[in-house]
Amino acid sequence: METKLKNKKRSGPVLFSEYQRGEGIKKALQLGRENILFELKTSGLKGRGGAGFPTSTKWMLTAAANADKKFIVCNADEGEPGTFKDRVLLLEYPELVFDGMVIAGFTIGAETGIVYLRGEYEYMLKSLEDYLSQMREDNLLGKNILGKENFNFDISIRLGSGAYVCGEETALIESLEGFRGEPRNRPPYPVDTGYLGFPTVVNNVETLASVSHIIFKGGEWFKIYGTNKSTGSKLFSVSGDCEKPGVYELPWGTKIKELLEIVGAKNTKAVQVGGASGICIPKSQFDRILGYEDAATGGSIMIFNESRDMLKVLKNFMEFFIDESCGQCTPCRIGNVKLMEGIENIERGDFTFSYINNLKELCRTMQVASKCGLGQSSPNSFISILENFNKEILHTSGKGKENVKA
Amino acid sequence: MSKRENIRIPVSQQPFTVSKPEDTTTIGGTVTVQINEKKISVPLGTTILEACRQNQIHIPTLCHHEDLCIAGVCRICVVDVEGMRTLQTACSFPITTPIKIHTSTPMVRKARRHIIDLLLSEHYGECYSCFRNGNCELQSLAKEYGVDGYTFGHTDKPQYKVDRSSSAVVRDMSKCILCKRCVRTCIDLQEVGVLEAINRGHDTHIGTFLDKPLADVICINCGQCINRCPTAALRANDPSDEIWEAIDNPQKHVIIQTAPSPRAAIGEEFGIEAGHSFTGELNTALRRIGFDKVFDTNFTADLTIIEEGTELLNRLKKAIVDKDSSVKLPQFTSCSPGWIKFIEHFYPEYLDYLSTAKSPQQMFGAIMKTFYAKQTGIDPADIVTVALMPCSAKKFECNRPEMNASGFKDIDYGLTTREMAKMIREAGIYLPEMPKSNFDEPFGDASGAGLIFGATGGVMEAALRTVYELVTGREVPFKNLAIEPCRGFAGVKQASVRLEGCVEQYKFLEGVELKFVVAHGTANAKKVMEMLRKGELSDVHFVEIMACPGGCLGGGGQPIPTNAEIRKKRAQAIYAEEESLSVRKSHENPHIKYIYENFLTEGPCGKLSHKLLHTHYLKRGKFIS
Repeated sequence: METKLKNKKRSGPVLFSEYQRGEGIKKALQLGRENILFELKTSGLKGRGGAGFPTSTKWMLTAAANADKKFIVCNADEGEPGTFKDRVLLLEYPELVFDGMVIAGFTIGAETGIVYLRGEYEYMLKSLEDYLSQMREDNLLGKNILGKENFNFDISIRLGSGAYVCGEETALIESLEGFRGEPRNRPPYPVDTGYLGFPTVVNNVETLASVSHIIFKGGEWFKIYGTNKSTGSKLFSVSGDCEKPGVYELPWGTKIKELLEIVGAKNTKAVQVGGASGICIPKSQFDRILGYEDAATGGSIMIFNESRDMLKVLKNFMEFFIDESCGQCTPCRIGNVKLMEGIENIERGDFTFSYINNLKELCRTMQVASKCGLGQSSPNSFISILENFNKEILHTSGKGKENVKA
Repeated sequence: MSKRENIRIPVSQQPFTVSKPEDTTTIGGTVTVQINEKKISVPLGTTILEACRQNQIHIPTLCHHEDLCIAGVCRICVVDVEGMRTLQTACSFPITTPIKIHTSTPMVRKARRHIIDLLLSEHYGECYSCFRNGNCELQSLAKEYGVDGYTFGHTDKPQYKVDRSSSAVVRDMSKCILCKRCVRTCIDLQEVGVLEAINRGHDTHIGTFLDKPLADVICINCGQCINRCPTAALRANDPSDEIWEAIDNPQKHVIIQTAPSPRAAIGEEFGIEAGHSFTGELNTALRRIGFDKVFDTNFTADLTIIEEGTELLNRLKKAIVDKDSSVKLPQFTSCSPGWIKFIEHFYPEYLDYLSTAKSPQQMFGAIMKTFYAKQTGIDPADIVTVALMPCSAKKFECNRPEMNASGFKDIDYGLTTREMAKMIREAGIYLPEMPKSNFDEPFGDASGAGLIFGATGGVMEAALRTVYELVTGREVPFKNLAIEPCRGFAGVKQASVRLEGCVEQYKFLEGVELKFVVAHGTANAKKVMEMLRKGELSDVHFVEIMACPGGCLGGGGQPIPTNAEIRKKRAQAIYAEEESLSVRKSHENPHIKYIYENFLTEGPCGKLSHKLLHTHYLKRGKFIS
């Protein structure tokens, strides 16, 4: 597959706005560590992987940690079903991502950056490596970067092996260390005890790309876009029943129905926001906005039109989680299987409403008792689809029809 | 800040250590937390579980085991920490700030109940048809939370085939609840690394390298995983049916030897608190069961000391007097079959350092099927030798093909403490009620030196008592013969005794500082072997290694549970019994003298004893086809 690093045709308010390689780094070196953290804090940037942890806080904690070594890890294990925006950034805007890593390294005092690249993205490895070589030639990586004495930083790329859970930051670190990709107990958090036991910042590709813009153009500029609680813009990977699927940069706060209009979606019945681990929003709620305060997402938007069977959609998601749970903790490993059994029972119409309630309670347990974000969010689709498409699913399938009077 | 010194172990399987100030009275040394309306002050870094246990607040656990590092995978110990979005596992959460904890909210209770329901839904089998019935942690939890049905169903088919390939450990993964205690035992506690999780998601299971049968991988049969398994997924290979058959066959002369560690622990199987020996009661019970003779393994422990001690002195003579550079020193003990298999797999190039003496168990068998058979006129083919051991590796050892110098299998069956207790119960006997009785003659009298083999450092202590006295003609210079540097549970112990005023035969040892090292648990054995590799043991003469933590008293065949406190109590029971004995040195055991006068007439390490009482080892290595 041919990979293009040039010929950008995309446009957008923040990420897809003008930026030349190295601009952010130059500015960062002028600003100094404290001002970088200040700009980041002003910008209100939150993690773009989905969890939405304030980036400035993460960096500050790591910068304050007292350790011999620190690490920057770029989480490019883009695995959430329906997400493909990091691919666009890495292929078409690598300068944003790598500059962001250099800025992070400078800010927290790390000398090593690691890109954990999704195994399926192996095809872009060569072009990325070439790009890094170019950066080394231009002294954007290596020793005394851009003449800044004692600022040494380099980036290496490691390939994942196809486990969804390795997108979870502690599992990612385990994987980097050569172990089974299993999430760790938290606390301690990676900012304190991360890769090889050293303080580590793990940031999503898009977060780091945003950093480059913020440092170059300022936190205040970034804040112009978005809402109070969700500043800046977001890349959305739009797929499903629409005319123009693809990656879109839209400011946070965009209403779902606005997005649907932009991508040319018709007869839409439901939108799955946030991938398999996200929530399913029915037509009646299309006024809701995309943002951390309402419908949060790491970027995945899946559109389903009237012809889709929502139970099948749900079943597809659960199959995914049964396979992709790391298998470590009880609620996630077995809970997802039980939810799947529930779906199969519903399909056959073999269920009672107390059984459905049991499953809903189980969902709650999974959300609060699972070890990591995977198990904590895997019941989201089950809950939201069952709640929002209650009539379609419970009242019209199999025996359910007869069981229910109203 | 916790730094990982040993990155071989995944962090998820390592405890999070907060650097705790030594003096907790200093500011910041303690944190005051609120647990269920009760204010408690704890040292910084204490886990919620520890804080609760110290204050009599019960938190259920399943994957937690105090011998092992933290996993936090079963999630049964979840508690509510105010301000946190999700519930937190008490076992893994270190207290560093003044948090408020609730251990019994509706959400916590519901979550725990759900977790039990989920585990039960995939846990194959019913309790009444399970050998862990009454001693299963999952069963106890189900009772604790009032489980009266299967909310999320119950599997009616076994998911995995039972692996009976190993002569020591049986794996029934259909009963596994993936707590990973066995994995942590194998990787972390014993540093063997045979077991690990395989596959992902719902297909996750505990397996060996390429899911090979256990007999085909580098398992050392120590059975520590069995002792830590909360359910019946792991168990020892039980030969009790064959033993019953032999007992019921009038043609067969069934002999049992009992080792000191099971005697100090079997009471626990009958509800007695740890720390009481039931040697006399056990003798009576075994006779009532139908064993024809009940002997004491300590007798051959004494024999081992004589053989191994002589071997050591021979090696020292060759090295010092003959200047023979091919002599391997230090000499390593060879009575722990788990350790033997460990060195065969992990350090095959160092097998020559091992004493060639067989373990007491095997020596006993060899003597029974030769000397005893001759003396009693019983055909050795009709003698069935059973060994009551604290050990699962003994099952493998007795099946080693080279252990049959007499023409017969030295030992026919190795029986663990747990299996023995089962046989006693089956026979309708309540052990603690039995009257006491002595061992049978002529192999019933043993010295205390053999008895203390059960605790780590015991072999060393017993050997020193004999070697020192042989060399100097005087008793070891320790109060009441208790060689304290050998005792206690430190992982690797080092000490030395100066040999002065040597008798004529051993003048070459005059002034020699006899140095020895004692280690228990194969993780510590690995440390010692690395020291050897680096040449750091060049001035050491004798090394004792036991495969299990605490020595035999913490063996893989001992009652479940076994933990640090229980090991300590068992050791106390052994040392107390030892002090009460009149003969406490192996070479003073009259029966030992008798056997060298009448059977092994060429003396220790002579031709016959080499044939019957010594063995050789296999270079197994880590690569198995």
